[in-house]
Amino acid sequence: MNPATRSPLMWVVHLSVLLIVALWTLPTAGLLISSLRDKDQLAVSGWWTALSTSSQNIVVRAPGPERQVERDGKFVISGNLLEGQQGQISAFGFSSREPTAFKAGETADLNDGEKLTVQADGNFEIVSDKKMEGSRGQRVFVTASSPPRFTFDNYVEVLSAEGIGRSFINSLTVAVPATIIPIMIAAFAAYALAWMPFPGRAILIAVVVGLLVVPLQMSLIPLLKLYNGVGTILGVPPKTYVGIWLAHTGFGLPLAIYLLRNYMAGLPREIMESARVDGASDFDIFVKIILPLSFPALASFAIFQFLWTWNDLLVAIVFLGAGPDELVLTGRLVNLLGSRGGNWEILTASAFITIIVPLIVFFSLQRYLVRGLLAGSVKGG
Amino acid sequence: MFYQLAAAAGFMLAGVLGCAAYFWGTSLILDLIFPSKGKSGAVASKNLRITNAIRPWLFLAPALFALTTYLIYPVIMSLWYSFHDRAGQSFVGVSNYAWMVKDGEFRQSIYNNFLWLLVVPALATFFGLVIAALTDRIWWGNIAKTLIFMPMAISFVGAAVIWKFIYDFRPEGAEQIGLLNAIVVAFGGAPQAWITLPFWNNFFLMAILVWIQTGFAMVILSAALRGIPEETIEAAVIDGANGWQIFFKIMVPQIWGTIAVVWTTITILVLKVFDIVLAMTNGQWQSQVLANLMFDWMFRGGGDFGRGAAIAVVIMILVVPIMIWNIRNAAKEMKGH
Repeated sequence: MNPATRSPLMWVVHLSVLLIVALWTLPTAGLLISSLRDKDQLAVSGWWTALSTSSQNIVVRAPGPERQVERDGKFVISGNLLEGQQGQISAFGFSSREPTAFKAGETADLNDGEKLTVQADGNFEIVSDKKMEGSRGQRVFVTASSPPRFTFDNYVEVLSAEGIGRSFINSLTVAVPATIIPIMIAAFAAYALAWMPFPGRAILIAVVVGLLVVPLQMSLIPLLKLYNGVGTILGVPPKTYVGIWLAHTGFGLPLAIYLLRNYMAGLPREIMESARVDGASDFDIFVKIILPLSFPALASFAIFQFLWTWNDLLVAIVFLGAGPDELVLTGRLVNLLGSRGGNWEILTASAFITIIVPLIVFFSLQRYLVRGLLAGSVKGG
Repeated sequence: MFYQLAAAAGFMLAGVLGCAAYFWGTSLILDLIFPSKGKSGAVASKNLRITNAIRPWLFLAPALFALTTYLIYPVIMSLWYSFHDRAGQSFVGVSNYAWMVKDGEFRQSIYNNFLWLLVVPALATFFGLVIAALTDRIWWGNIAKTLIFMPMAISFVGAAVIWKFIYDFRPEGAEQIGLLNAIVVAFGGAPQAWITLPFWNNFFLMAILVWIQTGFAMVILSAALRGIPEETIEAAVIDGANGWQIFFKIMVPQIWGTIAVVWTTITILVLKVFDIVLAMTNGQWQSQVLANLMFDWMFRGGGDFGRGAAIAVVIMILVVPIMIWNIRNAAKEMKGH
C-alpha cells in the first residue's frame, strides 16, 4: 500500500503465495508422478526423486558350481547379475558387513581362492584354480543404479485387472442422469418461488433454505427401509440405478432450487411484464424467456451436482451396493485401500482415474463453478 | 456395459421428456378447463384468478414430492427409529440414547467431532482469507487461485489416497517414500506412522479437509474483499494506516457477514464428513467421528437402525442452530428485495 514499503513487501507476497501454491499442488502432483513411475522404483524411492537415477541395494546369488566351465585350466562361472534389467552397478561386495567394498570392474578375492569380478553392466566372472564345490552359488551384494523409468503399465493394470474400468462406467451411469433430472424439476419450482405470487411462498422458501443443511445421515435409514419396502411390493431389487438417481435428485434439489430461485429473482421484472402484456402464459414465459436467461445458474448447479454425484461415496454404497459389479469409483478406491494398501502403483493410478473427470470439469468450467458458489453463499445461505 | 449405458441414457431421456410432458401437459389442461382467452370479461378474470392460484402448485409439485420423500419424511422417520429397537419394530424409549451416553466409542466421536469443529472451519477460513488478500495484489493471482481451488473438485476418497501417500510410513532406516516422513528424516527425526498416533492422527485427517475447503473460503472471501468500497480504504491510507491496520481494522470488519457464512458452511460439512475417516483409518486409533460411527452402526452386525438413527439425530441437533440462523438470514434478505 505504502509506496515506500511496496517493493520489499511485494517480494514477501510473491514468495508466500508461491509457497502456498506449492503446498496445495504438490500432493496431487506427487500422486500423478507416482502413478506413472515403474512400480519397482515407486516402492523404493520417493516421487520427488523420479527424475534422478535411483540406486538400489540388492542381493543376488550367482549360479551354483554346477554351471562352472573349464577354460584354460581354470574353472569359471560367468553370467549377468542384473539379468536383463536396465541399470548400472556402481559397487559390490560379498559380505553383508561390507556390501560396497569393491567398485565395479574391480576383482575381489573370495576367501577360498576364488576371484570375483563384476563389471558395471552386471557381467560377472568367478574364477578359481581348482574345481569349485558346494551346491549354492556365491551371494553378491550389488549397488545398482537404474535410470528413471516412466510407464503406463500401472494404468493398464488397474483398468483391466482391478475393476476400475467397470467402476468408471458405473460412476458415469450414476452421475449423468443424477445431474440432468433435478435441473428441470428445480427450475420450474424455482420459477414458481421467484415470480408466481401464492400464499405460503415465504414459508416454502424458508423450508428449502432449512433443508439445504439437513445432514444426509438423517435420510439413510428411513430411505433404506422405504426402498426395501417398495422393492418387495414391486418385485424389483431394492438397490437399482433408478433408486440412486432419484435419491441424488432429492438430495440435490434444495441447493438447485435455492440457487436458481436467487438467480431468477434477480432477473428484471420488466421482461416478464411486457411478455405478459403480449399475452404469453406463465409456461411460455418460463420456457422462452426465463430458462434461456438462467443458463449461467443452470450451468453452475449442473457442475455442482455432477461433482457431488461423481465424488459421492455414501449414497452410492447405501443405495447402489458394495458388490464388485455395482461399486462406483470412490467405493472401489476405498476397497483397494483396504486390500492393496501397500501397492502404491495400484492406488495412485486408480486414484488418478477417479479424480481426472472432476478435474477436467473443474478446469474447463471453473467460471460457472465460482459464480454458483458466490450465488449460493454470499447471499446468506 | 453397453446395456447399462443405454439404460442410463434412456432413463435420462425418459426423465427429461416426462418432466417436460408433465409441465406442458398440466399447463395445457389447466387452460382448457379454465379458459381465459376468448371469454367475456367477468368469466375470463375469474378463470384467470383460478389458474393463477393453481399453476404455482403444478410447477412445484414434483419438487415438493421429491423434497418430502427424500428429506422431510426421512428426518421424521429417523427421529421415530431412534426410539425403536435395532430392526425398527418395537418401541424402546430412550434406551438408544442412554446407550450412547455410556458408549466409549460415541464419546470418543463427540470429542473428535468437536476437535474437527474447532480446527477445520477456523483454519480453512483463515487460510482462505489470507490467500484471498495476498493473491489480489499480484499479477499471477488468478493462476494461484485456480491451483489452490483445485482440490475442491477432488473427492474425499481421492484426497484420502493422496494424503495417505504423503503420510506413508516405512520403518526407520528404509528409504521413506512418504513426503512427510522423508522431510522428518531429512531433518534428522525418526519416521512416524502418523495416522496411527492417537489424538494427533485427528489433525492429520483434518489437514485433508482444510486442504480441500481453503479454496472454497478463498473464492467467497476474495469476492467479498473486492466488494469493499474503495473510499474506505483510501480514507485509511490518507489517515496513515499501514497494510496490517488496513487489512484487520478496515477490510475484515466489513466482511464479517461473509466470514460467518463461510465458517458455518464449512462447519456443516465437517459434521457430515465421513469418507475421509472411512478411507484413512475407519475410526481406528481413536479417530472415530459421528458420521462414520453412524454408517458403521447401520451395517454392523446386520445393522442396528435404532442406534444408527440416534447418532444421526445427534448430528442433526448439532446442525439445527446453523439451520435457524440461515433461515433468519434468508428471511431478512427476502425483505430487503
